[in-house]
Amino acid sequence: MEKPVIIGAGMVPVGEHWRLSLRDIAVEALLNAMDDAGIDKVDSLYVGNMASGSFIEQENLGALIADWAGLGHIPAVKIESACASGGAAVQEGTKAVMSGLEDVVAVVGVEKMTDAWPSDATRYLAYAADADWELFHGASFVALNALLMRLYMKEHGYTEEDLAHFAVNAHANGSKNPYAMFKRPITVDTVLKSPYIADPLKLFDASPVCDGAAAVIITSKEKARELGVPKEKMVEVAGFGRAIDTINLANREDLLTLTAAKIAAERAYKMAGVTAKDIDFFEVHDAFTIMAALSLEAIGVAEKGKGALVAREGQIAIDGDYPIQTMGGLKSRGHPVGATGVYQTVEAVLQLRGEAPEGIQVPDAEVGLTQNIGGTGSNITINILRRV
Amino acid sequence: MGKPMQVARHWRHFGEKYRLVGGKCENGHVFFPGREVCPICGSRNVEPFEFSGKGKVISWTLVRNPPSGFEYYKPYPLALVQLEEGPVVLAQLTDVEPDQIDFGMEVEMVTRKVREFDEDGIILYSYKFRPVLK
Ligand SMILES: [Zn+2]
Repeated sequence: MEKPVIIGAGMVPVGEHWRLSLRDIAVEALLNAMDDAGIDKVDSLYVGNMASGSFIEQENLGALIADWAGLGHIPAVKIESACASGGAAVQEGTKAVMSGLEDVVAVVGVEKMTDAWPSDATRYLAYAADADWELFHGASFVALNALLMRLYMKEHGYTEEDLAHFAVNAHANGSKNPYAMFKRPITVDTVLKSPYIADPLKLFDASPVCDGAAAVIITSKEKARELGVPKEKMVEVAGFGRAIDTINLANREDLLTLTAAKIAAERAYKMAGVTAKDIDFFEVHDAFTIMAALSLEAIGVAEKGKGALVAREGQIAIDGDYPIQTMGGLKSRGHPVGATGVYQTVEAVLQLRGEAPEGIQVPDAEVGLTQNIGGTGSNITINILRRV
Repeated sequence: MGKPMQVARHWRHFGEKYRLVGGKCENGHVFFPGREVCPICGSRNVEPFEFSGKGKVISWTLVRNPPSGFEYYKPYPLALVQLEEGPVVLAQLTDVEPDQIDFGMEVEMVTRKVREFDEDGIILYSYKFRPVLK
């Protein structure tokens, strides 16, 4: 089966958009992507979003966004799988094109988080954990990740400083991305001196609460040629995979293995016909520094227990062997939860077209991988994109 | 803030939350909480199983920025406890100073208040774990 291509990508800067609503930023990102593709209509819309019902009392985002973007009576639907909603929406759009049923598909990821009080935002995010057996006991996502972080440090002999390198790398790259929320480089010391929010996890181990929207346009190669899209602008969705794990962290067979990422990556590598060694850059889901370490191990970049070592040795920088978070990752670009997977996709498209901002373009990038985690590793998507 | 919790939603978990009742399948696998299908072998032949309540701390944290509804209790220690029968449960620790908590600390289940709701007055109780009294 011929693989679809992304022919348009757009986004809005991640941040605290006090003057803009969810529909405003979603429509802006979507229109940016359509303009980039040079089209003014699409056959259907897939919206990646995690918790609009909780954050702004608005569900039915398919209708809302298609309506406000003036797309007419197209089919439009919201895809939800916690923080992996964006990555999943890209996959559903891709599958629709591959099935041959839909020609030109728009995917938009959006989340508006800053209209809620911080402690309510913490609660809504925890809805992606197990309500009866985790949130009931007062667990936040930060707390669940802190439990993993402490265990990881003990099992493999790492310190808080070792994990801080992930945040430093993310900020170094994000400082050069005009769409990033935090554009200031930081040092290991910045991370270590930031306050604990759930010991041993500190403020700078975590990604921020923010607003954002990003969008891509997916179609078949044949249709892309028909639309007159130049080859340099096409990026192939070469492979994808998705898998779940226990929703309740305590029920996990091996707490320190992201099994869902491992399985999703195997599926994606197989479909794309590549291995981790063929990938030029990785946009992994660093909602917390510990997740970056566990992710590198799960997707085959590092051996089990060696994920933090890869960061400490500097291999994750743009000029390293395994560049990650090339545009700042969740930590510095920002993590508007349901939109994150689409931001990762847009950033990978820019990298593969050679259009990344100065200083963070991975030279001659041909294949990129995006990894989007929902829950505490309970629902994970991996997408592999390739230059045509 | 904090949303009210319906009475029935809590009431249906009394067995698990007050007595630590999980499940045991026909092949001897035990798990917590109880469920229809054994998560290890897929057997649907599952019976209730009451755990001893004894266990060890395998990881812990101190929650300083809790979800709404838990602000009053912050900071509170939350832990992964491995029960002596094998399964791991997430619960708050109680009757302990944060700096006393350590890997392998032996703990036992006690019933404690988890949260009060001001909107409709429900008070939730559940298992927490405290250091084993010698
Ligand atoms: Zn069984």
